[in-house]
Amino acid sequence: MADKVMSIAEVVGELRSGMTVGIGGWGSRRKPMALVRAIARSALTDLTVVSYGGPDVGLLVAAGRVRRVVTGFVSLDSIALEPHFRRARQLGAIELTELDEGMLHWGLLAAARRLPYLPIRAGLGSDVLRVNPELRTVRSPYSDGEELVAMPALTLDVAFVHLNRADRQGNGQYLGPDPYFDDLFCLAAARSFISCERLVDPAELRVGGPAQSLLISRMMVNGVIETPHGAHFTSCVPDYDRDEAFQREYAKSAASPQAWSRFRARYLDGDEAHYQRAVS
Amino acid sequence: MTGASRAEVCIVACAEAWRGDGEILASGMGLIPRLGAELARRTFAPDLVLSDGEAELVGDDGAEGWLPYRAVFGIVAAGRRHVMMGASQLDRHGNQNISCIGSWAQPTTQLLGVRGAPGNTINHPTSYWVPRHSRRVFVDRVDLICGIGYDRAAVLGSPGNRFHEIRVVVTDLAVLDFQSADRGMRLRSVHPGVSVDEVVAATGFPLHLPDELPETRTPSDREQRLIRDQLDPAGLRDRELGR
Repeated sequence: MADKVMSIAEVVGELRSGMTVGIGGWGSRRKPMALVRAIARSALTDLTVVSYGGPDVGLLVAAGRVRRVVTGFVSLDSIALEPHFRRARQLGAIELTELDEGMLHWGLLAAARRLPYLPIRAGLGSDVLRVNPELRTVRSPYSDGEELVAMPALTLDVAFVHLNRADRQGNGQYLGPDPYFDDLFCLAAARSFISCERLVDPAELRVGGPAQSLLISRMMVNGVIETPHGAHFTSCVPDYDRDEAFQREYAKSAASPQAWSRFRARYLDGDEAHYQRAVS
Repeated sequence: MTGASRAEVCIVACAEAWRGDGEILASGMGLIPRLGAELARRTFAPDLVLSDGEAELVGDDGAEGWLPYRAVFGIVAAGRRHVMMGASQLDRHGNQNISCIGSWAQPTTQLLGVRGAPGNTINHPTSYWVPRHSRRVFVDRVDLICGIGYDRAAVLGSPGNRFHEIRVVVTDLAVLDFQSADRGMRLRSVHPGVSVDEVVAATGFPLHLPDELPETRTPSDREQRLIRDQLDPAGLRDRELGR
């Protein structure tokens, strides 16, 4: 079996400006932040980011890497509004595809199943259809004749997710309470990369949790990156909770361009090892 | 028991939203609706299913089920849920906005985003909690329709609108519903100590006013003890209200 272990730099080297990038996790929970930080430091531009949005979206937007965000919300959970996303929206600096959370789920499902769309009730009657004029409805061909939203597949060029454990072949294990949509992100993407808290042998994966905790199979994965503390400052339970104090510092960095510059210089301009030393 | 606080009246009014719902997921967004759902389950609606806000369903003795986000969307689509959401803006038809203020293309204030509001309102009963009843919230037209109201549901028609229901709107002043001939918002009860004029003045559109207007009921002795001793002993509920 192939050894898929890569470095952060090798993963970022696979990206091109203009790509559509899916990011797993939810809000400020189990986000692949080490990879996000590396993309923020890169020279990539015009990315489309598909995410149940948290600081992954905010950080990439603040760093100028994003043209469009596809989401139902962008939140830091304990801080309801993501301040960098908020600022960019109010400046008109980014494009937005605003979807109901369930529509985003259905769009990932459609892409993962290689279907052009999936019908969904969510969105009918709402302004989601007004602000996304490309969305179409479809009528049931059966006797009910019901009209539903035809949620198009959210097909991704690349997906990034962060797991608690993984082996070198790309089998990934979550140990927290919620898988979020990480397997769907991987299947919806042409190429998928998983970062993990700790690389382990397959034997350790088997004893680390029940079989159903092995959410990600190696057949969904192109590369594995070990990034200890790599979801920081989002939560990665049971390995660690969200770093609320640091999240507040991050949120304050949206107050002005000067505040952002200071935050960036202190935490982001070096590599991941530099970041981890700066926050430890 | 005397001396119920306004927050306690609001918690009971939120609890009443779920009366008669049976064995469904009662989702409260925000502290007062969450306390209301818990109070309902512990008293007159014991069959309600509650989530811990993460991925577990929680009964009297701890976890009784698993409900990660992917399963929440399944329950929404299955209709086994009644949610009480917040609202940054609401109009007389029950259209709700939580996404942004101003133009959508470049908002003056970016808020939460549409979140699950479109899917909730088209799939299962929805209620709203407004901690500060004011003309900023109760507006003639909302800037972006996230949760759909009765006029939008009427345009959709049958069968698309068959699961749509806005049950009640609970505020710090009153309880409102849509039980009027034209499905416009109706004042259902005012909280003790609140006048009808006060509610009308804080609402940016004409309300249906029934001839006989009751007061919102106050907590029973048992409800008040549950709230004070078990559900919110730290008294966080009083900080949730707008004034």
